Amino acid sequence: MTDNVQSVGLPDERPPANTVGPIAWLRKNLFNSWYNAILTILVLGLLASAIPPFMNWLLFRAHGFDATSTVCRQDAGGACWGFISEKLRFIMFGMFPWEQQWRPLVTIAVFIALLVASCDRRFWKPWFGLVWAAGLALVAVLMWGGVFGLTYVENTLWGGLPLTIILSVIGLAVAFPVSILLALGRRSNMPAVKVLCVTYIELIRGVPLISLLFMASVMLPLFLPNGVSIDKLLRAQIAFIMFAAAYMAEAIRGGLQAIPKGQYEAADGLGLGYWQKMRKIILPQALAVAIPPLVNTFISFFKDTSLVIIIGLYDLLGTAKAALSDPSWRGFYREAYLFIGVIYWIFCFSMSKYSQKLERDLNRGHRR
Amino acid sequence: MATETRTTQGAPPPGGVSFSLSDPTFRAIVYQILVVGAVVLVGWFLISNTLDNLARRSIATGYHFLEREAAFGIGESLIDYSPKDTYGRAFLVGVLNTLKVSIIGVILATIIGTIIGVARLSSNWLIAKLASTYVEIIRNIPPLLQLFFWYALVSDGLPPVRQALNPIPGVFLSQRGLRVPVPAPDPVWTNMGIALLVGIVAAWGVSRWARARQARTGQPFPAGWAGLGLIVGLPILTWLAGGAPLAMDVPKLAGFNFTGGASISPEFFAILTGLTLYTAAFIAEVVRSGIKAVNWGQTEAARALGLPGSPTLRLVILPQALRVIVPPLTSQYLNLTKNSSLALAIGYPDLVSIANTTLNQTGQAIEGVTMIMGTYLVISLSISIFMNWYNKRIALVER
Repeated sequence: MTDNVQSVGLPDERPPANTVGPIAWLRKNLFNSWYNAILTILVLGLLASAIPPFMNWLLFRAHGFDATSTVCRQDAGGACWGFISEKLRFIMFGMFPWEQQWRPLVTIAVFIALLVASCDRRFWKPWFGLVWAAGLALVAVLMWGGVFGLTYVENTLWGGLPLTIILSVIGLAVAFPVSILLALGRRSNMPAVKVLCVTYIELIRGVPLISLLFMASVMLPLFLPNGVSIDKLLRAQIAFIMFAAAYMAEAIRGGLQAIPKGQYEAADGLGLGYWQKMRKIILPQALAVAIPPLVNTFISFFKDTSLVIIIGLYDLLGTAKAALSDPSWRGFYREAYLFIGVIYWIFCFSMSKYSQKLERDLNRGHRR
Repeated sequence: MATETRTTQGAPPPGGVSFSLSDPTFRAIVYQILVVGAVVLVGWFLISNTLDNLARRSIATGYHFLEREAAFGIGESLIDYSPKDTYGRAFLVGVLNTLKVSIIGVILATIIGTIIGVARLSSNWLIAKLASTYVEIIRNIPPLLQLFFWYALVSDGLPPVRQALNPIPGVFLSQRGLRVPVPAPDPVWTNMGIALLVGIVAAWGVSRWARARQARTGQPFPAGWAGLGLIVGLPILTWLAGGAPLAMDVPKLAGFNFTGGASISPEFFAILTGLTLYTAAFIAEVVRSGIKAVNWGQTEAARALGLPGSPTLRLVILPQALRVIVPPLTSQYLNLTKNSSLALAIGYPDLVSIANTTLNQTGQAIEGVTMIMGTYLVISLSISIFMNWYNKRIALVER
């Protein structure tokens, strides 16, 4: 009865030689049609002519971290990394007093630790807000000083990476609750509230950030009562908060719109009032949906902080540009821009990767 | 108001409003009065402060300064401008410069972005990787940093005027930008422009006629080729009829700068390159997700209906992809226009930079900022109205 049935499997046959291995990979991915073959060869030619000169400039003919500008100028064929080592502390910390520069360094570390910890969803609990508050208090003490034996440092001396991070993190932290109110207002049934919120959001989103920074730097002093003045950093911060609130409100509105109507009706059916309904039923779901677009807002916001250079603050881009205006180091813009470009890139790229991961994780539950 | 649906609990007697806070309708009215009152109060506080401050600094409000002489020069302008002209005309120059860089930038960014977006979906591993590397690098670096880089590349990296690079005869590259030869002035060029417009209108007419005929009789007509022939052919015929002039206005070095030919300034080059490459990375992502959003089943269905490759793309895939692409594309166009205000940082005379000079010279801060914001709002609203109209045209008609 079992004669026709083979009970012992034959050894697996090897796949045909032209479907596995590097050659097959090449055929499948690079030379799968005549035009792809031409494109591949063209691109390879292009890379072969572009990469070696670039690598020569970047590494092989470059001057090391101890090079002086005179040495670099004599042989201009390679990068001059001496510029970075000479100007590193200025680019990173701006005009913060030289001996005190460990303070902005610790500030950067505190922010990065807080941001990295915030990425872990196990920490998305109310008590983590207290950790943030403590972290921000620590940052304020470190940057301003004036207590615990730290010398007082005016915020006009702040600069570099800490300024970039402070502007974006504080901006977002303050703008977030405002943006929730704006998003709720835009979806409200009350016509007056709705019109106000829509006008605000569309007005801010319709104009460039520069015009808001201008408004903050030249018009804000006129708005305040005589004798009251606020410093440049705070003015820029206010412009950023106004700007971020409008964009984040749109991200949150997207989340609110994604919540099925049944959730609202169910909350009404339970007899919950408006604020209870929002706080306990709608917002927890809407914010979860809105997190990936919020992270994207954060990324563009982080890049936009570089605009403060226009109103005379020295963020990371501002300090790099100021370092280039030193007569003995003029002209080394490639090194300077590459260096800070990499810093910006690391921050933005890791945030965007995190946003993609989060989107996958959060969608897991919704997938049918 | 949808709150009315909820008035069943604690319902007021029909025909009357109950003045109790437990009535949602009444409560909504109270809330709105409170909110509007607070906004008006804050607004009044700010305005009265402002008026007080302006009076103290004796700054006159109003737009009369626009009629005064500007007394500053502008590097590049599409219309005649000299420092003797008014602030109003200077501002107009700025608006035109902004529009110039935005329109050229939008066109170039769309072309480059589409190519890169399609390249990311290529079956060629090398092309796809190269395109996604481009997108990931460009998207994650601040646009202002990129502008500074391009600007420094031209103004620092290129030789001075006297040692200008001369890659092709007649073309000069120097710190002062790019100089190219242009055809010498001749009435034929104007006529060719008219012929081009006539050709476009005629091509549009032909395509309408062809579509109507195909709907009536089922007979297809190669409207695309006929239209292309009209658009290209008419100007060429005009050129030949005008005696086919070939004279060129070639730039020559005279003193410290070139004369003749057309020039692209380093500022314009930097802002255009920076904005185009930056926005192209975002458009690439929009295009990629649009194409991916069209189900593969659509292609298979078109094949099953017997449509060959090109009509499948043109009649089935593209209309559906465009529906996904257009809304985010609009916001990218708006972003490019708004980002053109970064021109201020590298000295391209766009409307923000001219308004900035104006408000520094005259002290008219409020008017200057309002003019910047107003202009951008008008531009933004026009683009979004046009794109909404277009979006409605191509939107899915559900039955």
